Amino acid sequence: MKKIIGLALSLVLSLSLVLAGCSGSGDEATTSGSETTKAGGIAKEDIKVGVIHISDPAEGSGYTFTHDQGIVAMQQNLGLEDSQIIRKNNISDSDPTAIETAMRECIEDGCNIIFATSWGYMDTCEALAEEFPDVYFAHGSGYKSNGQNFINYFGRIYQARYLAGIVAGLKTESDKVGFVAAMDKENSEVTGGLDAFAMGVYSVNPEAQVFVKVTNSWYDPEAETSAAKALIAEGCDVIGQHCDTPNPQLAAEEAGVWGVGYNSNMSKDAPDATLTSVVWDWGVYYTAAVQSLIDGTWDGSNYYGGMKEGLVGITDLSAFCADGTAEAVDQAKASILDGSFNVFDGVIETNEGTTVGKEGSTLSDAEITGGINWYFKNIVVK
Amino acid sequence: MEMVIKFIAAAVISGTPLLYGTVGEILNEKSGHLNLGVEGMMSMGAVSGFMVGYYSDSFLLSLIAAFLGGAVGAAIYAVLTVTFMADQNVTGLTLTIFGIGLGNFLGLYYLGLSESGTLKLPEKITGQMRSINIEGLSNLPVVGKLLFSYNPFVYLGIVIAIVLWWYLKKTKTGLSLRAIGENPSAADAAGIRVTKLKYINIILGGGICGIGGVYCAMIINNGVWISNSVGGFGWIAVALVIFAAWSPVRAIFGSFVFGAFNILRYYVPSVGIPEAFYDMLPFLVTALVLIVTSIRQSKENSQPAGCGINYFREDR
Repeated sequence: MKKIIGLALSLVLSLSLVLAGCSGSGDEATTSGSETTKAGGIAKEDIKVGVIHISDPAEGSGYTFTHDQGIVAMQQNLGLEDSQIIRKNNISDSDPTAIETAMRECIEDGCNIIFATSWGYMDTCEALAEEFPDVYFAHGSGYKSNGQNFINYFGRIYQARYLAGIVAGLKTESDKVGFVAAMDKENSEVTGGLDAFAMGVYSVNPEAQVFVKVTNSWYDPEAETSAAKALIAEGCDVIGQHCDTPNPQLAAEEAGVWGVGYNSNMSKDAPDATLTSVVWDWGVYYTAAVQSLIDGTWDGSNYYGGMKEGLVGITDLSAFCADGTAEAVDQAKASILDGSFNVFDGVIETNEGTTVGKEGSTLSDAEITGGINWYFKNIVVK
Repeated sequence: MEMVIKFIAAAVISGTPLLYGTVGEILNEKSGHLNLGVEGMMSMGAVSGFMVGYYSDSFLLSLIAAFLGGAVGAAIYAVLTVTFMADQNVTGLTLTIFGIGLGNFLGLYYLGLSESGTLKLPEKITGQMRSINIEGLSNLPVVGKLLFSYNPFVYLGIVIAIVLWWYLKKTKTGLSLRAIGENPSAADAAGIRVTKLKYINIILGGGICGIGGVYCAMIINNGVWISNSVGGFGWIAVALVIFAAWSPVRAIFGSFVFGAFNILRYYVPSVGIPEAFYDMLPFLVTALVLIVTSIRQSKENSQPAGCGINYFREDR
């Protein structure tokens, strides 16, 4: 009897494997041989975009979701067919074999451009860009590029974070603002954003301090909740975040305090707590990048867009922001847009008593992307 | 002082999913089955409990669904290891991968159905799952915060742990179960229904893990569905079984201690200790406990002798 059941089970298993295999092979038939002609660009019908995601875009709030929204926007803006976008989801960015397999599959399927959205994809992009000179590789975050078919793209999220800091600084009543950071001081993407946030707080509320808790993970639901709760226990009444889940906002909502979300509009998760969210609109870049391939104007330069391009911003202020917030935000936004203010201007005091920057100049892009390993003077790490 | 009380309260909140996972796993191991699928069973409990809660707005139904979700995972494990004698470690690991995948898959499916792009539990269930407030008790200084201000899961978990301790220690069925875990052929010879008892207890343990899973979705993630909602608690629970020396009552203490380790870094002054040190702490303590228990060599506080080995009756 056991043998028969065992046999039946293994039959069902193998049958389902076969079926899964069949359904998977259906897509490949649609692959069309695309020819790259460098001079005149690539015809729109021949464009095929590969996207490598670290998690699943459907997850709702975080990094991958926002990137995929950008891909969707690009597809709509340019009128591409669904079959012209190939997504590879859940590609761990610490697994070189998986990354390479995913990218090679994209190339075999005829992709002419691959957007690699996570930091850890960088080295694989570099290697494959050399092997496939006709395929364009765009790598989000990171710092490597070859000036031809491998570039990196990222954005001046610190501009939006400065505005969010103004919102938080005006709202706080305890003069304690909390911030849940994914990585510690050594990570200049997180630290630069945090500093800009703290400078925004300082610009409207010099009394307020910004308390930081580090989770040491980009995605850790429990740690993000615990960190936010600890901040609230210390008396923080506005919780900012640079991490992937809406949990800090939800913890703020449960405790009856406020927060500033990140990546996507977190008001949908915590409508009673989220003052505003610092958001990316990757569609701006993805559209421009693919358009440049169609026009034949791809020049191999890196992309570092900001508020001016519409790449970063903050969402509409919620009704429970402090009075005068909209005016203060608009004023700062205008000065950033007209270029009279660049956030990291002049001499900046750190919380260790040292100073950074020079009078009359602003930090260079290279310093901002790779060299911010200090905390602004009102930041408290406890 | 106030901060210390808040710290202890936060440790209990953070340790409760571990309590469920650990107690469930103890029941599995007592029946002679080392089930590494705790994380998977918790994920299955999380998704089934959360979705039933989301659509029914009933806390009780949601708890039952979470229990059933975990129990289904455990039932798969039981069929494979008890009946088909599959390798326990491999089956358990597979169950983890399957459970996490199933949880995320179903979660994404329901997210796709939602118009707002988010799954947030309705208000009635949110009110019921949040911290209790007993007039006159919860407001007491210190004691109120430390004893009477938790969510219902905390009290339920402690009750389950104590009942299981009583079951294992004081009942005849519990004695039979322990006999199976130590030496199934002897138990079989004594007339104990080995297969039946194994099935019941593995499935019961899985159900308890499932409730721990829905705790993660409801309390830790505050009632909004996110992927990988259990986030590794299942693995710590497996280690915690050793820390608790296979006793459900010690698991209460152990899980709160591990909960404290989890959140320690946010409450101690930063003195330049690397973040990774705190990630390591629970496992360092587990290693220490292993060393101490192996020096003391007590039969009662060690893993059941038959744990990890499948019992094949005709082998005797």
